[in-house]
Amino acid sequence: MPENAAGREIPRTIHGLQAVKPFEGSFVNTPLVRIQKGSRTLPRLNKLVESIEQAILKSELKDGMTVSFHHHLRNGDMVLNMVMDVIANLGIKNLTIASSSLTSAHEPLIRHIRHGVVTRLVTSGLRDKLAEEISHGLLDIPVLFHSHGGRARMIESGEMKIDIAFLGVPSCDVYGNANGYSGPSACGSLGYAMVDAVHASKVVLITDNLVEYPNTPFSILQDQVDYIVQVDQIGDPEGISAGALRMTRNPRDILIAQYATHVIEHSGYMEDGFSLQTGSGSISLAVTNFLRDVMLRKNFRASFALGGITGNIVGLHEEGLIKRLLDVQSFDKEAIRSIAENRFHTEIDASYYANPHNKGCATNKINVVILSAMEIDTDFNVNVLTGSDGIIRGASGGHSDTAIGSGISVIVAPLFRGRTATVVDRVQTIITPGDTVDVLVTDHGVAVNPKRQDISERLKTKHLPIYTIEQLQEKAEKITGRPEPVQFEKRIVGVVEYRDGTILDVIHQVKD
Amino acid sequence: MLYVPGNNPNMVKDAHIYRSDSVMFDLEDSVSVQEKDAARFLIFRALKSIDYENTETVVRINGLNTPFGVDDVKAMVRARPDVIRLPKTETPDDIKAVDKLISEVEKAAGIEEGSIKLFAAIENAKGVVHAYQIALSSPRLVGIAFGAEDFVTNLNTQRSKGGLELFTARQEILMASRAAGLHAIDTVFSDVNDDEGFRREVELIKSMGFDGKSVINPRQVSMVHEIYTPTMEQINSARKILRAIEQAESEGSGVASVNGKMIDKPIVERARRTLELAHLSGIYLDEMEEEEFNA
Repeated sequence: MPENAAGREIPRTIHGLQAVKPFEGSFVNTPLVRIQKGSRTLPRLNKLVESIEQAILKSELKDGMTVSFHHHLRNGDMVLNMVMDVIANLGIKNLTIASSSLTSAHEPLIRHIRHGVVTRLVTSGLRDKLAEEISHGLLDIPVLFHSHGGRARMIESGEMKIDIAFLGVPSCDVYGNANGYSGPSACGSLGYAMVDAVHASKVVLITDNLVEYPNTPFSILQDQVDYIVQVDQIGDPEGISAGALRMTRNPRDILIAQYATHVIEHSGYMEDGFSLQTGSGSISLAVTNFLRDVMLRKNFRASFALGGITGNIVGLHEEGLIKRLLDVQSFDKEAIRSIAENRFHTEIDASYYANPHNKGCATNKINVVILSAMEIDTDFNVNVLTGSDGIIRGASGGHSDTAIGSGISVIVAPLFRGRTATVVDRVQTIITPGDTVDVLVTDHGVAVNPKRQDISERLKTKHLPIYTIEQLQEKAEKITGRPEPVQFEKRIVGVVEYRDGTILDVIHQVKD
Repeated sequence: MLYVPGNNPNMVKDAHIYRSDSVMFDLEDSVSVQEKDAARFLIFRALKSIDYENTETVVRINGLNTPFGVDDVKAMVRARPDVIRLPKTETPDDIKAVDKLISEVEKAAGIEEGSIKLFAAIENAKGVVHAYQIALSSPRLVGIAFGAEDFVTNLNTQRSKGGLELFTARQEILMASRAAGLHAIDTVFSDVNDDEGFRREVELIKSMGFDGKSVINPRQVSMVHEIYTPTMEQINSARKILRAIEQAESEGSGVASVNGKMIDKPIVERARRTLELAHLSGIYLDEMEEEEFNA
């Protein structure tokens, strides 16, 4: 009978055990401890590596792999560019970048794409120069656009395998407990990054704020993390979050917000204990303020607010009008302050938020959502990704996730932007299918989706300027005229994946 | 009455969406001399091609004593706004001159004579002194507007929060309008960020008897409507009064009373006016109907 490393005789088979694996020594099968060569001063153990380069080498990044990032640092993000520069210097090529979204901070990717370092993008959105270049055919392989819920689904289902997640974190200890609440680059919730931390093969945290162990509360857990790199700065605070967002004084926005509030109040979905998601756009913020008046007048309290949380939602919570906040992304400094100190302001990950194929996502529980649109067509299909010139300049975000999940989805948009109509015959790109969009509110009037007769009935006597969406489209066209259709090449530069993984639309290269 | 600068296409294209009772396209003070032609052309095209739905359209022309006034009238009559507004009216002759010119253009353009109405804006002491004669000067006149900015300059003073310096002018204009059966519209409140001050002023002029207020920012429209909209209490009491009078009439009695108070003719008229305002403001319509339904 063989002896194990502790000198005990262990039979090769034991009744009731499928396999017998004899003890090989305390440190042999515990890799992190093995590094310390038998030292028992475990608290000193850490996962810090000297540089991003070390982290990349140790995680064995190879040509053709998929690396992921998050966009919680928004326009202030320095992490993606920092990591990609090192990867490019190491001569690694042909990578897929799966970032929860890409912002105006990520223009340097253009260079990495030209040099073959990056050959594929999977993202919620694209902005500015990078988006323009992609629209003109920079990448051979089309960009895959997903919703926030769709991304969580494709990661959790294994449909997209992340080899290495490089996650910027505003605070972190030596063992990998990280959160977004504190430090000079605080961004609040790390909801999108949390999914990557669970499912990526390797997880590298990059921080500018190394704190004492244990860094509680934590959003990313020590048991998920392989390596940690300390750098001078992960983000520019100016770009990470806005200061207090002021109530708009634009009369057009206020008018739309007043109509939207009236619609929501009488829709049948606003009652004591209702739930809501509002965005960070100026109309959305104004609606939130007006809903506050309705709640006070009717003595309603909301059970929760979901989504990107803003300072004015936090204000309503602190006033006692919204009982709980579920936060996948904190939009401004107030939201960041609140999530750090208030246990009723709960951080949630992107799967909890909106994954359509898990056992229950929060978007299914909202009564009222207010959404924007670049374009909406007479079938109520919404485009929030491509401009009227066919160029990509937006993000899918949680638009389709919340539209289908909510009791009533309300699109707020002016009928015109400059000389361009918002309500059109056919949107350039479908991000949210029309059968999940319930009401359109513009400055010229309100249109209810004919599929929602219940809402139509309730709004009928409420003194709102109600039209059919075709009438709104005609009103717009009367003033703008019918624009020449945008000219596209045959080649596809983007693919829009619906939250369930099916392909909803494609984006063609624009003609020069 | 919502002011819309005549050289701002973005506002001109859909000025009616704020649901003011009227929109006033301005060719006068908000348009610089270099842009007079462009603004006139823009407003002409807008009135010809845009459906402003139920909103009354008003154009403030330049005075006939300026190089632009005559051209303004010639173009605007053909564009057919509901009303032409003459600024800085000082005497009945000012109105008569415009009236005559409008008639000529109407005739030349084959438009029914008298179809374009007139609004006189009184903006200085001379105009205030002549208010009643001005009010009687033309059958086209539908109302008088007070313009306080030029008025206070003319009086060597400035506008105060309480508005004491405007008191007499407001009263004179109101008296003249009522005596001649015209509408009286109060001046603008120019600090668009002072919502509280605006509210106080609208409450003041409403209690004085003005029919409405000129506003320079669309945001102010809903505040005016809110203040001019009767409260539910006022509406209910008005309805009670009208019901009581109906009942009294059907019973052949000329005398009715509500809560022990005699109802006479002025009270009935006020009640009718309250319900008319409620009807116009729409907001209470459904609730009234609902109540009717439930009763």
